[in-house]
Amino acid sequence: MARTEKPVDVVLVGFGWTSSLMGMELTEEGLEVLALERGKDRDTVPDFAYPKMADELTYGVRYKLMQRPSESTVTVRHNSNQKAVPYRSLGTFLPGDGVGGAGSHWNGHSWRPQAQELRLRSYVEENFGKEIIPDDMTIQDFGVSYEDLEPHFDFFEKVMGVSGQAGNINGKIIEGGNPFEAPRKNPYPMPALKRTLNDDMFTDAAKRAGLHPFPLPAANASEAYTNPYGMQLGPCNFCGFCERYGCINYSKASPHVCVNGALKQRKNFHYRTECNVLKVELAEDGKTATGVTYIDKKTGEKVFQPAKLVILGAYAFHNAHLMLLSGIGKPYDPVTNTGVVGKNYAYQMTGGTTLFFRDHNFNPFIGAGANATSVMDYGVEQIDFAKEGFIGGSILNAGMTNGQPIRNMPLPAGSPSWGAGWKQAVRENYGHAMSIGSHGSNMSYRDCYLSLDPNYKDEYGQPLLRMTFDWKDNDIRMTQFMKGKIEPIAQSMNPDEFRSGYKTQDSHWDVRPYQTTHNVGGAIMGTDPTTSALNPYLQSWDVHNVFVLGASAFPQNLQFNPTVLVGGLTFWAAKAIREQYLKNPGPLVKA
Amino acid sequence: MSEHIDNEERRKFIRSSLSIIPAVSLTSTLGMPSWANAATEAVDLDAYQPVFFNTEEWKFLLAACDRLIPAEGDGPGALEANVPVFIDNELNGSFGRAADWYMQAPFDESVSPLFGYQSPLTPAETYRKGIAAVNAYTADTAGKPFAELSESQRDEVLAALQNGDIELDGVSARNFFGFLLQNTKEGYFADPIHGGNKDMAAWKMIGFPGARASYLEWVDQKDRSYPLGPVNINGDRG
Repeated sequence: MARTEKPVDVVLVGFGWTSSLMGMELTEEGLEVLALERGKDRDTVPDFAYPKMADELTYGVRYKLMQRPSESTVTVRHNSNQKAVPYRSLGTFLPGDGVGGAGSHWNGHSWRPQAQELRLRSYVEENFGKEIIPDDMTIQDFGVSYEDLEPHFDFFEKVMGVSGQAGNINGKIIEGGNPFEAPRKNPYPMPALKRTLNDDMFTDAAKRAGLHPFPLPAANASEAYTNPYGMQLGPCNFCGFCERYGCINYSKASPHVCVNGALKQRKNFHYRTECNVLKVELAEDGKTATGVTYIDKKTGEKVFQPAKLVILGAYAFHNAHLMLLSGIGKPYDPVTNTGVVGKNYAYQMTGGTTLFFRDHNFNPFIGAGANATSVMDYGVEQIDFAKEGFIGGSILNAGMTNGQPIRNMPLPAGSPSWGAGWKQAVRENYGHAMSIGSHGSNMSYRDCYLSLDPNYKDEYGQPLLRMTFDWKDNDIRMTQFMKGKIEPIAQSMNPDEFRSGYKTQDSHWDVRPYQTTHNVGGAIMGTDPTTSALNPYLQSWDVHNVFVLGASAFPQNLQFNPTVLVGGLTFWAAKAIREQYLKNPGPLVKA
Repeated sequence: MSEHIDNEERRKFIRSSLSIIPAVSLTSTLGMPSWANAATEAVDLDAYQPVFFNTEEWKFLLAACDRLIPAEGDGPGALEANVPVFIDNELNGSFGRAADWYMQAPFDESVSPLFGYQSPLTPAETYRKGIAAVNAYTADTAGKPFAELSESQRDEVLAALQNGDIELDGVSARNFFGFLLQNTKEGYFADPIHGGNKDMAAWKMIGFPGARASYLEWVDQKDRSYPLGPVNINGDRG
C-alpha cells in the first residue's frame, strides 16, 4: 500500500527543460508546484565543476551524466516480425539523467523550425499533391502554427541566451544570417560566437557554390548576459568539453544555469529527486488523473502524490511509456492503423563528410558546443519534393567541437585500426580534419512506433518500452541527395583526402554508434483525436488534466535539433493552461 | 615537440621534464586550487601488481597491448603509457561489472550485431574467458600461450580475432577483441587519473592540451599550433 503525500496543485514528472520552464510559469499563478525527478540533484557547482568535468573517459565515454540502462532502457527491433532485444548499453542515443536532464549534456544547437515543417502534410499536399506521399508515411500537421509559436520561441531564446545572426526580421532579409528562416520579431539576444578556421573555410566554399552560410544559432553565450529570470551567463571560453558534459563555465544554456536558480527561490515550488514515477493514477471514470505513484529510490517506499494537474515533462519516449503504463489514450496498433499512443516514433537522418588537410591546423579541442557554420539552402522549404523524389530536408553544418581524442579521432579511409600504422595515422591526422555534416529530417511511418515489450521488464517489474524502427527509402533518398551536395563543396576546398558516411538503401538502424538523441513522437499533437494523442495545447484528448510536454509531441521529426521547438511548445501550453484551463478545467478543444 | 627528435631522445626528455613537474604544480603562489594537491605519480608497469588479472592473464594483456599500440615510431606505445594498468582498473570497477548496463535475461545472441551488445557476460567475464580461449587456441595451433608468440604471430592472431576468423570457446571473439581494442585506446588517451596515458605522453604526441579547458583568446589565432603542453585533472603539467 502506497503512502499518500500531501496534495499539490501541479505535479511535474521529470525536471529537465520543460518542467523547469513550466514550473516558472505555473508558480506565477500562485499554484503549489512539485517536480519529481528520478535521477539525482545536479547543479553547476559541485556537479559540473572544473576540473573534474574535463574528463573524457568518465563523461564522454562512460556516460556518467546519462540515464543508465540498468535502471531504464528500451527494447529495439527493425520491424514487427522481429522479437525485440534490449538496448543494453548506450550507443545511438543518450537520454539524460538527473535535474536538468538532457539539457545538461547537449551542445546548444538552437534552431527554430521552418514554418512549413509545422504543417508538413498540408504543405506537401498543397504544393506537390497528395500522391507523392508514400502509403505507409504517416506525417501530420502539428496543429499549431509558426506564428502562434513565434513569441514563445523569442522568449525561450532570451531565457537560454542564444548567440546568433538573424537572417529574417519581420520579413527583411539580413546579410550574413539565414535567409531561409521564418520571420523573427527580434534579433538573437547575443551576437554570434567567434568564428574558427573551419567556419572561415566552409563559409568561403559555400559562398563560391552560391549558398548562404551563417553562424549556427548557439545556446553558448558569446558575452556576459542576464536573462529575463535574472540568471547570469558568462562568455563561453571554448573549453571543448560540451556535448556529454555539464558546462563548467555558466555559458551553455541549461535548466540549472538559466532557470532553476530563480525557480528554487519561489516558495510555492518544490522538487524531489530520486523519485521514479511509475504511473499516472486515474479517477474511476478514467477521465481525470488524481496524481502519480512513484518509488522513492532512497527508501524503496511507494508513494502516491495527489495533484490536480499532472504534467509529463520526462524524456520523449518516457512520456509515451508512462501514458501506455497508465492507460491514458488508446495504444497505437500498426495493423489496423488505429489508436494513438506510441504512434509516429521518428528519429533523425544524419550523414557527413570529413575532410583532411595536412597543411591546416584546426586545434579541434578549441570549440563551443554549437561552434559551426551552416547553410539551409537544402531545407524542407527549399526542395522540390516532386522533382527530387523525397519529402524532407536538411541543414548542413561545418562544426568544430568536442575534439577530445578517445571519441573524436577521424582518420582517412583505409587507415589501420591498430598497430604502428594506426599510431602513425593518429599522429599525422589529429588536428588536421574538419567535417561537413547533414542533419536531416526523418518522416514518420505506419510501422515505426512505440509499444510495451512483452518479454523484458525494468527493475520495478514494469514492461520496457519497445521501439520498432528502421530507415525508409524516402529518408535514404534525402540523405543521398545531401551527399550529392556536400561532396562537391568538400572537393572544392581541395583537401588532401575526404571520406563520407551516409546511409544507403542497404542501411538498417544500427544502435551501436552514436547518432543523435533527437527521438520524437509517441505522444503526438494534432487536431484530430483519432490520429493524435494530444490536442494542439499538448493536452491529452482523453484525460483533460494531463498535459504532455517535449518532443514526444512531434508528429515527425524536423530537420533540426528539437530544443527550441520543445521550449516554445512548453510556453505555448503554459499560456493555454494559465489563460484558459485554470479558469475552466476541462478539454481545451472539443473532440 | 616530439616530431623532430627521435624516440630515445624524446623519452629522455619526458623523463627529465617529469622530474621538474612537482616543483611546478605544487607552487602555491600560483593560487592552485585544493584539488591540485600533488603531482600524479605514475606507477612503474614492471612493479605494478594487477588487481583484476592473474599472472597468466596479465602476460597476455601486456603482449596484446604491445601489439595494438606498439612502441615503434614516434609517440609512446601502450606499455610505455601504462595502458594495462588502466585496463586493470577499469575491469575491477563499474565498467568491468557492466554496472550501468541492462543485464537481465533472456539473452539472444543470435540477433544482428546492429542491435548492440547482447551477451550475458560482463566485460570482466569476457576478458577472463577471452584470454583463456585465445591461449587455448594458440596452444593448439602454435604450442605456446599467446604471450610467448613472436610479434608477427601475435599480430596474426589479433587480426584473426578482429576479422572473426577465430571461433573462441564460450565467448564472442568480436566482443572480446572489441573491448580489448577500445579499452586500449581509452587507456592511451584518457586522463592519467585513470591509470594510463603515463606522463600525458599520448596527449603530447598529438598536441592535445588535456584538461586546460579555456581557450577564448585562442579562437582567433587560426592555423597556428597551440603552444602550451597539456595539464591533467590533478593539475600536473606535461
